[in-house]
Amino acid sequence: MKGDTLSTLAGYFALMSLFAIGGANSAVPEMQRVAVEVERWMTAREFTDAFALAQVTPGPNVIIVTLIGYHVAGLLGALVATAAMCGPTCVVAFYVGHVWERFRDAPWRAAIQAGLVPISIGLVAASAFVVAVGAAYNFAAIAVTAVTAAVSYATRLNPLWIFAAAGLLGLVGLLGP
Amino acid sequence: MSETIPPPSAASPSVNSAPPAPTLRELFAAFVLISLSGFGGVLAWSRRMLVEERRWMTAAEFNDAYALCQFLPGPNVVNLSVVFGRRIRGTAGAAVALVGLIGPPFVIVTLIGILYARFGEIAALQRMLLGVAAAAVGLVMGTCAKMAHPLFQDRLGIAPLIALATFASIGLLRWPLYGALAVLVPLSIAIAWLRR
Repeated sequence: MKGDTLSTLAGYFALMSLFAIGGANSAVPEMQRVAVEVERWMTAREFTDAFALAQVTPGPNVIIVTLIGYHVAGLLGALVATAAMCGPTCVVAFYVGHVWERFRDAPWRAAIQAGLVPISIGLVAASAFVVAVGAAYNFAAIAVTAVTAAVSYATRLNPLWIFAAAGLLGLVGLLGP
Repeated sequence: MSETIPPPSAASPSVNSAPPAPTLRELFAAFVLISLSGFGGVLAWSRRMLVEERRWMTAAEFNDAYALCQFLPGPNVVNLSVVFGRRIRGTAGAAVALVGLIGPPFVIVTLIGILYARFGEIAALQRMLLGVAAAAVGLVMGTCAKMAHPLFQDRLGIAPLIALATFASIGLLRWPLYGALAVLVPLSIAIAWLRR
């Protein structure tokens, strides 16, 4: 049973890592679909919490899979999910990174790179939307999202300050039940 | 672990020649620092560390390595640690940089997961997380808006259309990632090829 869960985790994340075009955040809609809708590992609320906690943890955004893995199968689940999400793409990076110089000026390389840019932007926008739906409990919560988006777009303010302020607003009960 | 982490200003200022290639220990320490100082993504910090503080790469080398890592699937900065680590110190360098980058947040987020499993039901914590989640989403939106700048240089409007189609199929219609990408990726690359 436990072994089944671990291999399911490994399979999902290993595949996902190879389709996360533009970074780990690109795979967030697929993570949500799998974890909440297909496998029912967690509620939509718990997924939104995991996303929030991963964002306030220092380090690459990919560690949301560590939280999902921990939620599903404890420490072993955390290890398996993290290794599966990083492993395949690290192997690719290890080998491709080495021969990359050779293709620097190849026309197909430029076409692939240009073709992937709009895809990755669409994926990140989808991630934001999927989590935004889970986080938008009321008008004030939507306002917090909008203000954060505007501030992070227009300034270089450390996001920790915004997280602290938003957490405080939530704590005093302005943003939800 | 009693790793001695050199102060950030160790390699500055007024050093004109490129510093010697970092040892494995220095490589590990640098990626631990990059990892721990980056919130909401670590790209900006990896540039600051590798290019500005340690001067292990020039800005052009960094841009080139980063373009590669965006082009590769998976977490960008994780890819960057592997590519950079291998260039500097071979297989051991790649492993050391990767573990330096992933290890500390892995430990921290696992501790957070343990606390969440135990205290996640507390109403005050749930309310606080609602606020943090709302802000975290906004942060991703802001980043996305910055990323989208180059799209608007496309006068025919094809690239924005592909971004929109990706958003709609994955975000609104909730299609499985693989089916949608199997159509959109070849289409987008073919269009880029024809327009080159």
